[in-house]
Amino acid sequence: MKLPVVEHPAAAKDFVTDPDRSRWHDQALWFVRSKRDKQAASLPEWEYLRETASAIKTHTIANLPDYLEQFERNATAHGAIVHWARDAEHHNEIVLRILQQHDTLRIVKSKSMLTEECGLNPYLEAQGIEVVDTDLGERIVQLREEPPSHIVLPAIHIKKEEVGQTFHENLGTAEGASDPQYLTEAARGHLRNKFLLGEVGITGVNFAVAETGGFVVCTNEGNADLGVSLPRVHIACMGIEKLVPRQKDLSVFTRLLARSATGQPITTYTSHFFGPRDPGSELHIVLVDNGRSNLRDKEKFRAAMHCIRCGSCMNTCPVYRRSGGHSYRATVPGPIGSVLSPTRDENSYKSLPYACSLCGSCSDVCPVKIPLHHQLLAWRGELVGKKLLPRSKRYSMKAVSLLFQSPLLFKLAGSIGRTALRLSPRWLTHNRLNKWTIARELPEPPKESFRQWYRRHRNEK
Amino acid sequence: MNTNNQAEVTADTSAKRAVMDRLRTTPIDVPALPEIDLDRVIEFEDPIAKFSEMLALVGGQAHVVDDIAEVKTILDQIDVYRDARRVVSNMPEIVEGNLDAQMIDDPHALATLDWTIAKGEFMVAENGAIWIDGNTLPHRVLLFIAQYLAIVVDRSAIVSNMHQAYDRIDRFDGRFGVFVSGPSKTADIEQSLVLGAHGCRKLQVFII
Repeated sequence: MKLPVVEHPAAAKDFVTDPDRSRWHDQALWFVRSKRDKQAASLPEWEYLRETASAIKTHTIANLPDYLEQFERNATAHGAIVHWARDAEHHNEIVLRILQQHDTLRIVKSKSMLTEECGLNPYLEAQGIEVVDTDLGERIVQLREEPPSHIVLPAIHIKKEEVGQTFHENLGTAEGASDPQYLTEAARGHLRNKFLLGEVGITGVNFAVAETGGFVVCTNEGNADLGVSLPRVHIACMGIEKLVPRQKDLSVFTRLLARSATGQPITTYTSHFFGPRDPGSELHIVLVDNGRSNLRDKEKFRAAMHCIRCGSCMNTCPVYRRSGGHSYRATVPGPIGSVLSPTRDENSYKSLPYACSLCGSCSDVCPVKIPLHHQLLAWRGELVGKKLLPRSKRYSMKAVSLLFQSPLLFKLAGSIGRTALRLSPRWLTHNRLNKWTIARELPEPPKESFRQWYRRHRNEK
Repeated sequence: MNTNNQAEVTADTSAKRAVMDRLRTTPIDVPALPEIDLDRVIEFEDPIAKFSEMLALVGGQAHVVDDIAEVKTILDQIDVYRDARRVVSNMPEIVEGNLDAQMIDDPHALATLDWTIAKGEFMVAENGAIWIDGNTLPHRVLLFIAQYLAIVVDRSAIVSNMHQAYDRIDRFDGRFGVFVSGPSKTADIEQSLVLGAHGCRKLQVFII
């Protein structure tokens, strides 16, 4: 399948040209980032935890085949049914087959970026199955027929008045109502009914443990637990990188995850599942590759597999905060998304590694120490090497490279530039053809070059 | 064993070979797994005080009681407990319920449950979490479907941090266990915190 090419600047245009929304979004995320800082600072061992988490993940990804087999063996011993999916389509087929075998018409699903990545909802809906996303933020975007714009805060781009309008249209709340308490209560009532009617519960997986065959799901709302404690069938979908070797490794990750994500000391519910609920129930675990084994082969980008999907790199990213999650046109937006998406399709996502100022803030907050800004820079190198950059950029870069290699040329260009800055009329630079000047003014031309200044001062001595 | 007419869904492992082969073609050499040095992680001098502080931060209420009779007294002061029509208690020696969850087959029958009184195994001071062993619950949905939740836990059962917590459940052999830290909550509408998303609206913790 050929994906359309994402032009991040064009995709972000509507969002950034609405300064009120852009600023509001920026501040909402900075608030979350500040809460994260407070939690991180409350633990003297914070950096030690990050280093340990990174070492555990490095070890796990290196030994992934062994740990996957160990996990499968132990999960099966608990009575779980473990499926292997090579890609998104295969994953969807596996889930559908389970649902069909149980004549399922209605499912309740808690947040899972993996099922989002695989496009599970539209696939099942096309088969006539009702899919209800039960996380409040996900339900909001589902009712609005939008994708989530953030992996932890799916509706962070939507204002409460807009949620009020969506609920008025879909849940019959009072027109014009925008009080979060009132709207959440309405959603609680609406989703309670859905929970009671759900025939199968689907969840994601935050961590799976090789030595026990168990797995952990973290939520604040309790929607995953409510969704799988009522029906007899639970399907848990996970990427193969979600493994940790030992149960005690969870101590490191449960300390880091919620603190990094939302600035909470831990999520409200950290649920540990070992096999089906009782002998009359079923637990299916779907292990999904979908490009992950490919990513593992790329040494430069392998550390991106450490990601525990906390979203802290998005919350801190100056580009994400101002341009909104939808501008990335990818399931996972922000810095980590800009690393992961091109590994899926270089051409389609080639603009994402440039949606970055290389400020390095993402690498500083990442709880598993993924060197995100180094990887984004490395991606740019790959893209240039593969001639995936637009011609305008490729040729101008080549020209600049020549310029910097020749002192004579550099001197000449400088003198021409200073004169041109002084003489050229505004229409010559500020016109439709020059994108650079859309929001910028040219600098005042200096009277002399640095070389001239240097020579003059040396001579005065 | 399976006597119902539903054919069991078999595992689809058709892709296993391909995935494993691809993973095995790239062997990667890395250091061994690290061990956490417990001397390098935080411990609290007064873990109960820290626990209560953290529980308040996440929206729950801690009550340290000296006499188990006090639990009932405190609950009776809470409007929504006095008005409760359906209460399940897994600690009948402390608070009596009026509904026996053991007698219920289908967990959906618990839809109108007002309160659950559950047994906590131990507390974690650093984050206000309590470990609940699924084996103590006739239905695991009891924790999530009740409008209000109270957890009773022994005051000597406390650890400072999650490393000690996982040490304690190292040999856990149940089918389900959960750390609960505060009532169900969401901030999905403009980052405004609302307690009572899908699960319990409030959480009382009795430390006895």
